[in-house]
Amino acid sequence: MMSSFLFRAMDARAGIFLAILGAAIILVPASNLLVPENSPFHVPTYAVTLMGKYLTYALLALAVDLVWGYCGILSLGHAAFFALGGYAMGMYLMRQIGTRGVYGDPILPDFMVFLNWQDLPWYWSGFDMFWFAAVMILLVPGALAFIFGWFAFRSRVTGVYLSIITQALTYALLLAFFRNDMGFGGNNGLTDFKDILGFDIQADTTRAGLFAASGLALVVCFLICRAVTRSKLGKVLVAVRDAESRTRFLGYRVEHYKLFVWTLSAMMAGIAGALYVPQVGIINPGEFAPANSIEVVIWVAVGGRGTLVGAVLGAVLVNFAKTWFTAALPDIWLFALGGLFVVVTLFLPKGIVGTISGGWTALRQRKISSDYEKGSDEPPSTPPQSPSAPANIIHCEPVARFPGTTKPQPAE
Amino acid sequence: MARASSLLYLDGVSVSFDGFKALNELSLTIAPGEMRAIIGPNGAGKTTMMDVITGKTRPDSGDVYFDGAVDLTGEDEASIAELGIGRKFQKPTVFESHTVWDNLELALKAPREPFATLFHVIANGEKKRIESLLDLIRLGNKRHELAANLSHGQKQWLEIGMLLAQDPKLLLVDEPAAGMTDAETAETADLLKDIAKDHSVVVVEHDMAFVRSLGVKVTVLHEGSVLAEGSLDHVSADERVVEVYLGR
Repeated sequence: MMSSFLFRAMDARAGIFLAILGAAIILVPASNLLVPENSPFHVPTYAVTLMGKYLTYALLALAVDLVWGYCGILSLGHAAFFALGGYAMGMYLMRQIGTRGVYGDPILPDFMVFLNWQDLPWYWSGFDMFWFAAVMILLVPGALAFIFGWFAFRSRVTGVYLSIITQALTYALLLAFFRNDMGFGGNNGLTDFKDILGFDIQADTTRAGLFAASGLALVVCFLICRAVTRSKLGKVLVAVRDAESRTRFLGYRVEHYKLFVWTLSAMMAGIAGALYVPQVGIINPGEFAPANSIEVVIWVAVGGRGTLVGAVLGAVLVNFAKTWFTAALPDIWLFALGGLFVVVTLFLPKGIVGTISGGWTALRQRKISSDYEKGSDEPPSTPPQSPSAPANIIHCEPVARFPGTTKPQPAE
Repeated sequence: MARASSLLYLDGVSVSFDGFKALNELSLTIAPGEMRAIIGPNGAGKTTMMDVITGKTRPDSGDVYFDGAVDLTGEDEASIAELGIGRKFQKPTVFESHTVWDNLELALKAPREPFATLFHVIANGEKKRIESLLDLIRLGNKRHELAANLSHGQKQWLEIGMLLAQDPKLLLVDEPAAGMTDAETAETADLLKDIAKDHSVVVVEHDMAFVRSLGVKVTVLHEGSVLAEGSLDHVSADERVVEVYLGR
């Protein structure tokens, strides 16, 4: 049972994608650490960190695509789960500073000393242990998503109303985390980290390690998403996306499916946030800003909604463009982003990957049709993909399973 | 008929929307194994009745019992479907971005909980069942076609196939012949008669020729309650029915 579950996650397309990702995980840190600095193949440390940040964004995009692309839940608040995962990691990193802080207090982080707090709040306890923080990185976003989803999905809040509530959720957290009384560093957030698991957080080797960890997390989550979306559960999710009430009348309890995928997605976003924080060196309430969540949706739309590879590609491409634009033409970045979203919505509604894969199917179909016209006895058997189909659900796979029905017969 | 021996039992069911009485003290009983046609002019409450039975709409008053004992007014859509009531909609509703095969696989009677479907591996018995359904609804050569690419009539048939895949005790079929050609309508009537051999079926239909070809007991609804009941000839001889249909 488990093996077939894992087996489903693999095919040629996923293989190529994972091979590229795997090569990046090995080559980027290697060319940073092993190649001498004057060589043209040397990757500077800042670039490693930058690409590591892109990978965490890609993981966040993957999480959003899982709920939006496959289940039709347009979340405009996923940055909340990302930031909560980030705060959990930030709390661990704060506790690691110890006496090296400005005030040298062995227990209390600097901002608490500054606010004249005498004791560590109860919810900070345990975060000096990495395993505890790691559990919280999954548990806190997961629990919030579960509770939020339980009420929202049970009350059948859908569509734009749900999107608005997710915006409200992240905005409420933004305001809450701004308050000094919350005990999360208020406006300034958590920063000035020293080390992680005993390694100096500024060291090249740690940076390379964090890059590799981000890449590995992306690989693992990609495989989980892939296994989920290709299972029968994945088919139910797409059914919910396309005809929710029909799915109910078939006997599927739609709210349970939504809750499952929503919670899973929030936990992935939490992991992404936790890997993001040590690489950028700070987490503050700004990460909860509603605009961040909306930006993630744009990445997914650009790459290809409903295609896992597309979400990753979109996140990396848009963020690469952002890095370039904000350095070269900082004033026009937001216009460029808005323009990109408009252009993609108008001309590439299936995103980059969806359009390429749709075009490839159409080309193949055209070739089969023209062969057929030329007098070959092969009937055009592969239907063109419908515009509503997610691009990575491949429909021609089980040809061999039913010989004689769809398999083209050799010409006599 | 007594409640205990009925398959579906509606007694004094009323539903109103903003003061408009969609169902008004509706009472209706379907026996196990029975096939029943329900006719009535627009706004007679046919679809609302289906909504009440399948849990989409809660009645303001009245009793709805399935299998003599299960109170349907306390259940939601998913659990009513699990109890064994399948519904086909007026407008064909299939999963357009799934193939014909996947549509049937999703409808197939199997555990419906998320973790059951996550680790589900299609069994040989299930494959055989889908194959036989594909033969029955004559979509065998379209199995890998996306449902979006089917014609209107084929979608209607696919939905009937999905209904059968659920293996319900009672099928509620809303206007199965809508938008079909005459030949397709005749075939659909044959198919439904076939299905009625081992299922209870409630058919809502406008097309009198279609109802006649089913040759079953007919219930006429008007303004949310039963106006007449009996064979088609019997009800069409009823003056009140004629008046309702031909207008005042």
